[in-house]
Amino acid sequence: MIELKNITKYYGDFPAVTNISFKIEKGEIVGLLGPNGAGKSTTMKMITGFMPPTSGELSVGGYDIVTQSIEARRKIGYLPETVPLYTDMTVYSYIEYMGLLRGLNKKNIKSKVDNVIEICKLEDYRNSLISKLSKGFRQRVGISQAIIHDPEVLVLDEPTIGIDPNQVVETRQLIKNLSGEHTLLLSSHILPEVSSICERVLIIHEGEIAASDTIKNLSSLMSGKNKIEADIIGSPQSIVTELEKINDIKSVEFSINKSSSEFSTFTIETEINSDIRSEISKIIINNGWGLIRLQSIGMSLEDIFLQITTSE
Amino acid sequence: MRNIILITSKEIKTYFASPMAYIVGGMFLGLTWLFFNTSIVPGESNPITESNVRGYLEPTTLLFIIFSPLITMRLFSEEEKLGTLELLLTSPVKDWEIVMGKYLASTVILISTLLCTFFYVILISIYSTPDFGPLLSAYLGIILYGIATLGVGVFASSLSSNQIVSAVVGIVILLLLSFLDSLGAMIDGIPSTIFNEIALNYHYGDFTKGVIDIRNIVYYLSTASVFLFFTIVILQMRRWR
Repeated sequence: MIELKNITKYYGDFPAVTNISFKIEKGEIVGLLGPNGAGKSTTMKMITGFMPPTSGELSVGGYDIVTQSIEARRKIGYLPETVPLYTDMTVYSYIEYMGLLRGLNKKNIKSKVDNVIEICKLEDYRNSLISKLSKGFRQRVGISQAIIHDPEVLVLDEPTIGIDPNQVVETRQLIKNLSGEHTLLLSSHILPEVSSICERVLIIHEGEIAASDTIKNLSSLMSGKNKIEADIIGSPQSIVTELEKINDIKSVEFSINKSSSEFSTFTIETEINSDIRSEISKIIINNGWGLIRLQSIGMSLEDIFLQITTSE
Repeated sequence: MRNIILITSKEIKTYFASPMAYIVGGMFLGLTWLFFNTSIVPGESNPITESNVRGYLEPTTLLFIIFSPLITMRLFSEEEKLGTLELLLTSPVKDWEIVMGKYLASTVILISTLLCTFFYVILISIYSTPDFGPLLSAYLGIILYGIATLGVGVFASSLSSNQIVSAVVGIVILLLLSFLDSLGAMIDGIPSTIFNEIALNYHYGDFTKGVIDIRNIVYYLSTASVFLFFTIVILQMRRWR
């Protein structure tokens, strides 16, 4: 549905994005992840046809974004990071105008707008001026204009930035509900958001694609290792020495629990395909220590993200 | 065409929803009323003649230097400031359709304000028997003059996200264009002709005499077209930046 081939974008002499290529299939939900200034927004602005790439090929729904721009743009619903709204219009008239601009028919525009207002739960604000709405509701109006024409591709740039936590949860739920019908590309620097909504993640770092895979694959692939967390009562130093004797263990770290001085929390990194929890428990029992908790944890998206963006 | 009409009607609605419309419109009508009154010579047997038309319409052309940029200043500056330009430029609408839609909106606003001054024409026809030829040609001239100044205003609006800056840039360009003929009068030879031909005012005189010269019509229409073309170029440069 979206295909980028060797896309590079310069702002003057500054390369914002260098030589990135990726493909998003129909119906996929993909998160574009990266620190601020990594090139997320630039990439989205190129996909939506706001600005052309300096070099490379970019197509949306089979249409080249530069030479067949109008056809490509017809397929896209876009919410820029700044949530642009005509603040002197009412919610209804704004969504109606954006719908007509995207090629909807005057005849059925009313039912379309009503439908979108219902999806985004804006019924109570139908005739309110946009300037009177809170940030969270503005965000919903922004999403409404992106989906009014039922686009095949939905591009959302940082859709939950700057709104309060309750509204973040609601907005995320709204995006999740939308994802069934559209190919969705979402950018964020908030990791839980991406892991809760998206199936696949593209990690972009300093203008390059650093990783592209499903969250599950990434966490096992990335690491080459697994993590185990354990709360143990006993002398931390001797526990570490004993645990390090196990073959598959790569490293053991401990932190003394502040709330309860009884036990310490150990983080144990192991080789990827080995579960050594039973061995650990044997050692603990043999040494007469107390085992409170023993848990295997995969690498979180945070870990992966940090690893990718700092190791290079 | 559909997109142009859509943008035009949205811009007209937005314009008349703001107090700016009534301040600018009121100012315009107030000043033309003043011009109209000062052009009446009291005590004469025929107090209102068609020379009155020239009398109040000629200074009205100068009003456009300020009036047109005030109408057009928000057209692109506001979009840029709100960020909605990004939505507009990613919608399936061509750049020239956006520019034309906005420009047409400003012409509708200008012509509708100008129509209000037809009240003076009614007064003239009640109190005297004017020659409608020069009167109507003067109105045609002034509409063309306005159309050209709006083109400049739209262009100025595309240059900045600050409405005040846009208005000032528009006014400066229009001042230069209007008074080039005074500069032309000071020198002679080919440069003088060039200055005269470019000047906005130089082409207006004939209309008030009842002369409709196709060259003058072409001049005003092409001035507008040139600046609208520049506007499209600016929009596209914005994309490639």
